[in-house]
Amino acid sequence: MAPEAANRLLVRFWGTRGSIPVSLTSADIRRKLEKALLAAIERQIRTPAQINDFLDRELEFSVSHTYGGHSPCVEIDTESGEFLVCDLGSGARAFGNSVLSRSRGAPPTVNVFMSHVHWDHIMGFPFFAPAYVPGTRIVIHGCHDVLEQAFRLQQSPPCFPVEFSRLAADIRFVRLEPGRTYEIAGFYVTPKRQRHTGDSYGYRFERAGKVVVYSSDSEHRPEDNAETASFVEFFRDADLVIFDAMYSLADAVTVKEDWGHSSNVVGVELCQLAGARHLCLFHHEPAFDDEAIESVLKETIRLEQLTRRSRPLQVSAAFDGLEIEV
Amino acid sequence: MNIQERTFGSVLVVSPSGRIDHATSDEFRKQLESLVEKAAKAGNPIVIDLAGVEYISSAGLRCFMLAAKLVKSLDGTIVIAALQPVVKEIFEISRFTLVFELFPTVRDAIAKLAPPALAQFDGA
Repeated sequence: MAPEAANRLLVRFWGTRGSIPVSLTSADIRRKLEKALLAAIERQIRTPAQINDFLDRELEFSVSHTYGGHSPCVEIDTESGEFLVCDLGSGARAFGNSVLSRSRGAPPTVNVFMSHVHWDHIMGFPFFAPAYVPGTRIVIHGCHDVLEQAFRLQQSPPCFPVEFSRLAADIRFVRLEPGRTYEIAGFYVTPKRQRHTGDSYGYRFERAGKVVVYSSDSEHRPEDNAETASFVEFFRDADLVIFDAMYSLADAVTVKEDWGHSSNVVGVELCQLAGARHLCLFHHEPAFDDEAIESVLKETIRLEQLTRRSRPLQVSAAFDGLEIEV
Repeated sequence: MNIQERTFGSVLVVSPSGRIDHATSDEFRKQLESLVEKAAKAGNPIVIDLAGVEYISSAGLRCFMLAAKLVKSLDGTIVIAALQPVVKEIFEISRFTLVFELFPTVRDAIAKLAPPALAQFDGA
């Protein structure tokens, strides 16, 4: 399908947590239930319809849902029969099952774009079921010269029982150059180098006037005007920017400087300067519970209101299972 | 970016005005560091008076962090006072409230840092 052929883009988040997967504990679930039941008693809810309305409209997201805990894996639905995904963190296990169910027996082609090869971004691949299915085509794109080495290494003994060489799928690695635009799976794709230990790469995906930017694991230096300008251009007029907002700004410029991540404050600034439409906070801090992430989201929405320029910037926080249509 | 400096007793009060953003932060940082270094070396506490600042970006906040680092390395004291509501919210959202001690007014800051200087401040 040519890049101009379709004008609807659907982005699905399979993993949104940074650094290491996390899970709700029994105590977390019990706290949510207690809060929900207390709120329900006050409302005198009696019918299933009232329950659903209460869950959907009244309870805080952090009580009725969870942001989830899988490490990064974000799909852009190509609607072309091929699949496109950014990073293969632990969310790739569920994504792989979805690929197989949506392929309806025909061997799928999966185009992967790797930000980098740190463990939280590749750890889902050994559990990515399509890799074990003969006829599946997996094309792993990235800008690192160690791309293939990293994937083979994590499936080498004694770390994993199935060696990479035994995977049944046809797996290819394609090296991309940052700054060059490629036509892949119906998209124009442009990688950009980012500040992270060992480098990371963001990707700008464009199709039929729609733009999605995936920019995870990227530290920004507010004082570096040239770097700021280059990211403003990278985010320019994007419909959706998926942005590493792991730390507070204070942490990012003090104790966690050089840790390779950014903040909600810098995300708002860059998106406002770039005229982007939607900022999605991503790569959540694993130490944060659902309430903490919800609090960061509310504060970021407030910051956008306080500092708004010409047009509003929509702000959301990614969660495992979120779908955004752009 | 305009920066006014005043001294009350031992206390240096630095009062920038306008917007501290990507366009102005580099110049602001140089001026601020020069002022606070001199004061801290002389053993004088510093109050940053933000009453005249209407907006501050991440680059501007970083200037305060660098000034604080510099002052700390000289065993000095630096605090921030009189934030406008919008700037105060930006400090809270960015968690810079955990980096700096904030005071509602310059007078409150001086009262905490150097009470004898209050007479001069009140008489000014």
